[in-house]
Amino acid sequence: MRKTLLYSALILLSALFIAPFYWTFMTAIKSQADLYSFPPVFWPSEWHWENFSIAWNKQPFGTYLTNSLIVVVLSTIGQLLSSSLVAYGFARFRFPGRDAIFILLLATMMIPWDVKMIPLYMEFNLLGWINTLKPLIVPSYFADAFFVFLLRQYIMTVPVEIDEAARMDGANAFDIYWRIHLPLMMPALVLVGTFHFMNAWNDYLGPLIFLNDQSTYTLTLGLSMFKGLHEVDVTSIAAITVILCLPPLALFFLAQRYIMDGAVGSSVKG
Amino acid sequence: MDMSQATTAPLTAEKRQSAFSRHLTAYLFISPWILGFVFFTLGPLLFSLTMSFHDWPVVGERTFVGFDNYRTMLFDDPQFWESLWITAKFAAIYVPFNIVMSFFIALMLHHANAWSGFFRTAFYLPSVISGVALVTIWSWIYSREYGLLNFMLSFVGIDGPNWLGDPGLAIVAIIIASLWGFGGTMLILLTGLKAIPKELYEAATVSGVPGWAQMLFITLPMLGPMLLFTFITSIIAAFQQLTIALLMTKGGPLGSTYFFAMYIYDNAFKYFDMGYAAAGSWVMFLIVLVLSMLVMRWSSAWVYYEGEVREKGGDRNA
Repeated sequence: MRKTLLYSALILLSALFIAPFYWTFMTAIKSQADLYSFPPVFWPSEWHWENFSIAWNKQPFGTYLTNSLIVVVLSTIGQLLSSSLVAYGFARFRFPGRDAIFILLLATMMIPWDVKMIPLYMEFNLLGWINTLKPLIVPSYFADAFFVFLLRQYIMTVPVEIDEAARMDGANAFDIYWRIHLPLMMPALVLVGTFHFMNAWNDYLGPLIFLNDQSTYTLTLGLSMFKGLHEVDVTSIAAITVILCLPPLALFFLAQRYIMDGAVGSSVKG
Repeated sequence: MDMSQATTAPLTAEKRQSAFSRHLTAYLFISPWILGFVFFTLGPLLFSLTMSFHDWPVVGERTFVGFDNYRTMLFDDPQFWESLWITAKFAAIYVPFNIVMSFFIALMLHHANAWSGFFRTAFYLPSVISGVALVTIWSWIYSREYGLLNFMLSFVGIDGPNWLGDPGLAIVAIIIASLWGFGGTMLILLTGLKAIPKELYEAATVSGVPGWAQMLFITLPMLGPMLLFTFITSIIAAFQQLTIALLMTKGGPLGSTYFFAMYIYDNAFKYFDMGYAAAGSWVMFLIVLVLSMLVMRWSSAWVYYEGEVREKGGDRNA
């Protein structure tokens, strides 16, 4: 009885949470007639797949997509390399000031982005980086506090004896990082890569502030601008929204095991 | 005597040498973060603090004005107080709802074994997508004539209101849309629930402790650190709320969703008054800092850390 109640509630609630996705997809694929009928059409009579290609050609979405991909790929590579290097440094070395620096690192997670956004804009303006993709890529090569924390926790679960054995065999510190810890960290790296990919792909405020020229827009910024100009073109907005949602959703399904286990692992070990 | 000294001296020198090079290696490994901290965090923070004491346009002459920006903001700018009040209202509703909802759904998921992967995914999916996508999706749900929400309300005989056009309701609409992305918080609490040792519940059940008391004296205290963490991150998130308001309501109608972050954003990138905007961002920083510290201080009354429990467990075994 209690189980029945529990499952009915869960089914109902999860349906509520998924409904907006379903609705958006159906909006993208509906005919114009179905779009404005009342009561709303939940299962369209005709499926208009061509709505996607029509929407895609209404603005240079191909360019936006290319920009998004450049940002996401380059910044993810930077994030994985830099955060793992720093995490290894904190996990495997004793050095003066280590704990103080680590606390400082954790504290940076509390700084609201709004505080940094104005001076960063001025800084990138000074460097001549405004209207380029650099502000969205370069900072990723300098490690992120949360990812460093996550990876450090992971490295600390690996027995130190493994490092020592490698050192006996003549491996230096970088060899140990590159050839032992990086492969061992793979599950944690998948988690970090996934989270970073999603952050970079979904970012809106960064592109909004740092990019003015249409040719540099990312997909999120492009969609928001398109929505601002063509509020009534519901079908096309829905189609681009579906396309915008697909990569993070696909990535989530691929990396799901790591995300669920990773969240469990990082906090239990913490 | 001489011999031993002669042998130890080079040894310590060598040891010192190796310690030095090991430290150097360590600093090299963490140098990406140090450099990033200097150029993308500490530098910008100090820069913005300096800016906040200046009249600082993007281009052109800047002048030192002391505390004028802060004084104007606090005493001569009603928009500052209004936006702060709107943000406070938002936070006061969003933060508790986000945590309570996350807690109860995490609890349900924790007790559901069949289909657990499916349910978890369903609840987590909304937090995977972009804020821009979230806004486009919810704008239609809230649409007065064709929206899903009003259609569903019509079943229970309610004539759906104009959600985004009504000054009293627009903020509610933004809160609901924000709560849709509760997956991250939920996942953290679910993780916390799974980490609570089953033996605690077994022992309590054997001793005849009723379910509600187990919840109150085992689940909640054991979840304490996680609740504290989600509490603080939710507060920070609430104060940073910008994307949804910027895109869904543009601060309206009648300024009813003009959040504090939007006030800062407009001062910087609409009026290009960088010094004034920087002052606003420091006020936000201080508020978030003070709130987090208050929550942490208050939390010492209800948060138990695993270490304490383990020690007690050790005592019992001994």
